[in-house]
Amino acid sequence: MSRISCKDYRSGSLEEKGSLRIVKETLFRLLLVAAAITSVFIVMGIFVSLLLGSWKSINEFGLNFIWSSTWNPAAKTFGALPFVIGTVSTSFLALLISIPFSFASAIYLSLYLKNGWFSGLLKFSVELLAGIPSIIYGFWGLFVLVPIVRSFEIKLGFIPYGVGILTASVILAVMIIPFASSMAAEVIKLVPQDLKEAGFAMGATRFEVIKNIVIPYAQGGIFSGILLAFGRAFGETMAVTMVIGNSNAIPKNIFSPSNSMASVIANEFTEARGDLYLSSLIEIGLLLFAISFIVNAIGNRIMKKMDVKK
Amino acid sequence: MNDMVKKLKLRQIQDKLFTAIIGIFSIAMLLPLFFILFYIIKNGAAAINWHFITSLPKPVGQTGGISNAIVGTIELIGIASLIAIPLALFTGIYIKEFEKNKLAAAVSSLTDLLQGVPSIVIGIVCYLWIVLPLKSFSLLSGAVALAIMMLPMIIKSTYHSLRLVPESLKEASLALGTPYYRTVIKVMLPAAASGILTGIILSVSRVAGETAPLLFTAFGNPFMNFSIDKPVNSLPLLIFNYATSPFSDWQKQAWGASLILIIMISVLNIISKFMEHKWKTTY
Repeated sequence: MSRISCKDYRSGSLEEKGSLRIVKETLFRLLLVAAAITSVFIVMGIFVSLLLGSWKSINEFGLNFIWSSTWNPAAKTFGALPFVIGTVSTSFLALLISIPFSFASAIYLSLYLKNGWFSGLLKFSVELLAGIPSIIYGFWGLFVLVPIVRSFEIKLGFIPYGVGILTASVILAVMIIPFASSMAAEVIKLVPQDLKEAGFAMGATRFEVIKNIVIPYAQGGIFSGILLAFGRAFGETMAVTMVIGNSNAIPKNIFSPSNSMASVIANEFTEARGDLYLSSLIEIGLLLFAISFIVNAIGNRIMKKMDVKK
Repeated sequence: MNDMVKKLKLRQIQDKLFTAIIGIFSIAMLLPLFFILFYIIKNGAAAINWHFITSLPKPVGQTGGISNAIVGTIELIGIASLIAIPLALFTGIYIKEFEKNKLAAAVSSLTDLLQGVPSIVIGIVCYLWIVLPLKSFSLLSGAVALAIMMLPMIIKSTYHSLRLVPESLKEASLALGTPYYRTVIKVMLPAAASGILTGIILSVSRVAGETAPLLFTAFGNPFMNFSIDKPVNSLPLLIFNYATSPFSDWQKQAWGASLILIIMISVLNIISKFMEHKWKTTY
C-alpha cells in the first residue's frame, strides 16, 4: 500500500485545525447516513407510489380485482385473473423445463468438473447467457422459436398461433437456467468435503453420494434457489411480451396466446385512457411488487442462513 | 457373493448412467446460447455498416441507421451512473462501516429486495414520479429508472469489497491520526477499488440492455436528442419497436442493433472480468 504519501500528510489532516476536522468528520458521517436513508426512501417510495397510484382501482374493485376475469377497458371493468393465470402458468412451466438443466449443470460444475476446458466453457457460457438482455431473447424467440412451435402445433392439430404460453415458458426457461444453475452450484459447493469423503469411504458411488449426502444437505439452498429463479421468471417482461401473444382471455391450454401481468402493463400502459384504466394497470404493478417482495424475502432469508455469497 | 457382485455392477451402471444424463443436460443447456449467438451474428453482421451506425432512422423504404439509439443509450447510462454511483457508494460504505446499526441492517435487506423488484414496476414508478409532473416522457425519467436498477448491485459490490479490506489497514491509518473520512476515502476505497469498479461496470452492462423500465419513461424517439426533458431512443427500445413492426427492413435493422448491443455488453463484461483478475489486490 503506497497510496498514502507524505504529501497527503503535509497537506492534510495533521495541520488541520481541530474544529474544522470535527466539522468535516461530522459532515462525512451525515453524508453516509443521508445516502443510506435515501436508499430506504426509494424502496419505500416505490411501494407508497404504487399504492397511491392504484388506490382508485382498489376502491372500485376491491379483492374482486384478482378474481374477476373480464378485462374490458371500454366497459371500464378490470379484472386481473387472466394475467395472474398467464404469469403463474408461464413461470411454473419455465421452472419445470429449466430445473433438470440447471440442476445437472450445477452438479456437473461443482462436483464433477471443477476445472478443465469443458467446465471453463460451461462457466463462460452460463455467464454469457446471463448477460444477454431479455429483449434479445424475446426477439430471437419471436423469429426462431415461434415458427418452430407453430409447426409443432400444426402437427399436433392445435390452432397454429406459434405465440403463446408454451413459447413464453421455453424462452423464460432459457433465461433462468444460468441464474438457477449458478445459485445451485454455490449451494452445492457448501457441502463439507469430509461428508462427501465419508460417503466415498463407505464405498458409495458418486451417484449415491449425490443422492444421499449432497442433495439432502443442500436442499434448503436448492429450494430457495428455485424460489429466487421463480421470482425472476415472475417479473420478466420483455421476452414474455414479445412471444406470449397478448390475448386478454383466460388461456385454454398451454398453446393458447395469453398475457402475463408484466406484459399487459408493457402493452397497455402508454395507451391507457382514463384514470381507472391506468390505476388498474398500476395495481397489477403493485401485485408484482408485493409478490416479488415476498418471494425474495423468503429466498434471501434461507440463503443468508446458509451463508451463501451471491 | 455372486449377488453382491451383481449388485455392485448394477450400482456402477447406475452411476455411469447418471453421469451421462447430467453430462447430456449440461451440454444441451449450451445449445440455445449458440443458437441465439449464431442468429444474431449471422443476421446482425449483414445489417451493420458505417452508414447504419452513423445515420438517423428513416421512414420505411429508405435505409436509415440507429445513431440516435446508440447515442441515447450512452446518454441514459451516463446520467444514470451520475445519479447511482455516488448514492450507492455512500450507502455501501454506510452499511459496511455501521454494520451493527439497525438502519444498516434495514438498508441491506431492502437493497436485496430492490434487486428482485421487476424492472417494469420501476418503469411505472418513474412514470409516476417524473413523467407525470413534467408532463412529458424524458431522458431524465429513463435515467432515473436505470439508476434505481443499478443501485442494489453497486451497493452490494461496495459492501463486499470493503469487507475484504483488512481491519488492520484501517486501524493503521487511524492510528497515524488520519481523520476518519480521509481514512475511508484515501485508504479503504482505493484498497477496495477493483471490486467496486467491477460492480459498477457489471451494473452498467446489466442496465444497458434493459427495456421494460424505459417503455414509459424514455419512450423512444426517431430523432437525435440531447435535452434532458425530451424523450430519447435507446438500443433496446429500438430493437423492441423494430422487431415487432411488420416491415422486414426494420426487422433487419433490429438484428443489427441487437448485435451492437451484445457487443457493447460483452465488452463491458470482459473489462470487468479482466479487472477482477488482473487488478485484484489480495491481503
